[in-house]
Amino acid sequence: MTSTSVEAPPPPSIETLAPVRKPKRRGGPGAIVKYALALIFLIVVLMPMYVLIVTSFKSGSDIGVASQWSLPETWTLASWEKAWTALQPAFFRTFQLAIPVAVISSLIGAANGFVLSRWRFPGADVVFTLILFGMFIPYQAVMIPLREIVTTLGIPPGITTLVFVHCVYGIPICTLIFRNYYATTVPEELIEAARVDGAGLLRTFGRIILPISIPGFVVTVIWQFTSAWNDYLFAIFLSNTRNGPITIALNALAGAQSPDYAASMAGALITSLPTLVVYVLLGRWFIGGLMAGSVKS
Amino acid sequence: MRKLRHWGPGLLLLSPSLILLAIFVYGLIAWTTKVSVSDEHNALGSKGFVGLENYTKLFTNDINDRFTHSLKNLLIFTVVFLVGAMFFGLLWAFILERGVKAEGFFRTVYLFPMAVSFVASGVVWRWLMNPNKGDSAGGLNSVLGGLGLDFLQNTWWTNPDWGMAAMAIPAIWQLSGYVMALFLAGFRGIPQELREAAAMDGASTYRLYRNVIFPQLTPVALSALIILGHMSMKMFDLIMSVSGPQWLTEVPAIYVWQTLLTSDYAKAAAISIILLLLVAVVIVPYLIYTNRQEKNA
Repeated sequence: MTSTSVEAPPPPSIETLAPVRKPKRRGGPGAIVKYALALIFLIVVLMPMYVLIVTSFKSGSDIGVASQWSLPETWTLASWEKAWTALQPAFFRTFQLAIPVAVISSLIGAANGFVLSRWRFPGADVVFTLILFGMFIPYQAVMIPLREIVTTLGIPPGITTLVFVHCVYGIPICTLIFRNYYATTVPEELIEAARVDGAGLLRTFGRIILPISIPGFVVTVIWQFTSAWNDYLFAIFLSNTRNGPITIALNALAGAQSPDYAASMAGALITSLPTLVVYVLLGRWFIGGLMAGSVKS
Repeated sequence: MRKLRHWGPGLLLLSPSLILLAIFVYGLIAWTTKVSVSDEHNALGSKGFVGLENYTKLFTNDINDRFTHSLKNLLIFTVVFLVGAMFFGLLWAFILERGVKAEGFFRTVYLFPMAVSFVASGVVWRWLMNPNKGDSAGGLNSVLGGLGLDFLQNTWWTNPDWGMAAMAIPAIWQLSGYVMALFLAGFRGIPQELREAAAMDGASTYRLYRNVIFPQLTPVALSALIILGHMSMKMFDLIMSVSGPQWLTEVPAIYVWQTLLTSDYAKAAAISIILLLLVAVVIVPYLIYTNRQEKNA
């Protein structure tokens, strides 16, 4: 996932998205049209999800083009079992990838964001812009030497390498999110007061800043977890089906010459489950993260 | 010296990130550039410098004009994707902006595709965009048939001329909700007084939106375009998952991967650098612009 913001509106959470005031209850044709449209789009958006779910419970004979939209004749878990067997090792490996990435990236981002917003040095803005550029680059432009370095240094492909890579290329977005967060939530006077009291950088950061950083951490943790979990490009360059994350495993399951559609769809659901759970449980912060992704709003 | 003691520690805390990005973003881009002007066309390594030959060859001497074909595909994809996602994003935000109960529910559903990876959603979209028509129609075509819209049935991404427009459909499905969230935040940021003042002046709802509200949303629209645009340039996972690497749907990001499989590093590097330049042409002015905005604020 890919996004960003230079000028920092605070990552808006659902509160800022909530209507400014309670809308007056209005009947009338306008409202009816709105509801009708909203419902139609709801169905359209959910349509692929419906196909994923019903197909995943179908048995082999039940899967034909003609019956694509119908419910399974007999509901079976066979495809789920098959998909789980195929994906299970990669599923757990991907947690080993996404969790460390989320934690490490967030810590780096917090430190950087603090320095660039509240402990600034001459030229901090230029440095920040140079950092930010790293977020937009097509990673193909670094992939060839990156793979050469990995091979030359004899670093084994797989999760550890991917953790490192995601942490490095996650620096810009995490720095951005925290810089925006601190710039809007931490008053400059608070830092000045701490300085007057003789607190150094690390003490100010550890004692004053970190305790009020939880909302920022929630955003970066969700963000980095999701992008590491969903990544395919780095995975395909720096790992393989034996040691790579779940996107690689799913592609192997679903991309074969004559793929087993029911198992592919069950696999797609298994693959999406963790990020969907994160989205449902932490939706309000997830949206906050997306907002922080906009360079300027 | 006192000044240095003041901001020195901040720079020190930032320096690991700066070093990592200097190496892994700027250093590796320089390395790729160097490969792109060499004659490293196989695994044996490079014999020397060939100037811009690899670049000019891509435009003038590529088999079947493969590179320009991939650029054409990218252009069609990008235009359809940007227009579609901006249209639905704005429309959904407009529908939900006021006067719709259960707004939170609709918003959550519209946004959820974003939590799913392209690799997973590609599995179902490949199935939905089944090219069969008429009696053997499946997926979207059978829905269109069922609605009596047979004339809209088409071969989707397998169409040799406009297939890339169909390839943009899953991307639109995935990211319209994100654009909606950005615009919703934009709508909410418009002060209520502005609407009231316009109403006092007797402005119609149409004029209110046309002359007061939409102009306020320009910065949001700009950042949405930037985010979608740079994602589009890098599009890789989705196409790999829906169609796999093949001529019909090849874009530069996939061409790089296919070229690397033949160990033609110089050519792959040249394509990557062109891709980077395409992104940079848009991103660099944007970053400078936001940086300047921030200073003026």
